[in-house]
Amino acid sequence: MHSGLLISHADARPMYLQIIEQIQQRIAVGDWPPGHELPSIRALAAETRVSVITVKRAYLELERAGVIVTRQGRGSFVAERAGLSLELHRQELDTQLAAAADLGRRLGLSADALADRLRGLAQALEDQAHPHEPAGSEEES
Amino acid sequence: MNEPLIQLAGVCKAYRFFSLTDVHLRLEAGQVMGLVGPNGAGKTTMIRLLMGMVRQDRGEVRVLGHPIPEGQALAKQDIGFASEEMRLYGQATLGWHMRLVRDMRASWDEGYAAHLLCHFNLHPDQRVRELSHGERVKAMLLLALAPRPRLLLLDEPTTGLDPVARHELLVELMDVVRDDRRAILFSSHHTQDVEQISDVITFLDRGRIVESRDKESFVDRWRRVFLDLPAGTAVPALPGAVSVTTTGRAAVVTTREYSPAVEEMCARARVTVRDVQRLTLEEIFVATVTSQREEQQR
Repeated sequence: MHSGLLISHADARPMYLQIIEQIQQRIAVGDWPPGHELPSIRALAAETRVSVITVKRAYLELERAGVIVTRQGRGSFVAERAGLSLELHRQELDTQLAAAADLGRRLGLSADALADRLRGLAQALEDQAHPHEPAGSEEES
Repeated sequence: MNEPLIQLAGVCKAYRFFSLTDVHLRLEAGQVMGLVGPNGAGKTTMIRLLMGMVRQDRGEVRVLGHPIPEGQALAKQDIGFASEEMRLYGQATLGWHMRLVRDMRASWDEGYAAHLLCHFNLHPDQRVRELSHGERVKAMLLLALAPRPRLLLLDEPTTGLDPVARHELLVELMDVVRDDRRAILFSSHHTQDVEQISDVITFLDRGRIVESRDKESFVDRWRRVFLDLPAGTAVPALPGAVSVTTTGRAAVVTTREYSPAVEEMCARARVTVRDVQRLTLEEIFVATVTSQREEQQR
């Protein structure tokens, strides 16, 4: 099984974090659905040419975060937890909102102005999905 | 099965200008151990002790369960050894050497040997004396790997290899530990290789083991802490500080015992922590050796 994970030495982040992030990304985009079997620690170590102990650390932290489950003697699997992908998506949302907030700050927008713009965009999406319903009471800025 | 593949206890070996002192070491099955240390630290001496090429003055050496040097013949049945010190016959071809090792080692894997020939870009008809330095290193590695031994002892295996050959070697070494009954001990000055593939790092300096621990915790505890000092404030004494450099109101502290408590201590001393950076094994190596030498000079 080829995971396609790639460890970069030009990346300042430690190798175990790179492994964690790439696995989380695989799961978040749905390449690795719940129940999907991960490569064994030794197989992934051989494939990425990263020490067994580093891959083990990445798996342990993913396990602790509830992202994967390890069944003794059977291997590691993407957690079945329904909230998992939701949680990953929430994390992704926070990342993107943080980037938007940063851009807004640089443009000189206040937090309220930023929130109003977001509300407006969300409302526009709502209206598209349910055109027959009346628009919300929120004012657009 | 649970016995370590390498076990050294209280091992000493004295030479006129150098001595290896009180070495304790374990290498478990399934592990890769990287041996690092400056020139003359004792890395080669340690590998020679493991091979029974020299006898320890004191202490116990066990390899694959056999006492060394007494049981070296049995141990070597399952060891792959590659070192600068190993001599190949200049007149003979690589193919001749391959047949020689194949006849001695029942475990020789012909298919794997062919795979290594191809990946190391070697030809069996080449005479050893016509090989470049790097090719000779690759030839020795091929002879060490092809019998698929349980234990690989490699002294500076990446020295003299071009980047492609080094990459191929790392691929082969990581392939070895797909099998959790096998293990590798290798010495190297190429700290990036050591940091990448080792499970355990053993740090040797002037004949003593400075540290031998799992790579993750070895590297993880080191940090470089960048501080902004308010006027008239001295650099706070931080745990495990190995070096402190102050320029005006900026200070950089390198510590080997970093924990979040360090930042709390700085806050209490009203010192601003501007940045906290991790260190590469190479930087840890230099910081350790430099600080020990400075300590000795005091």
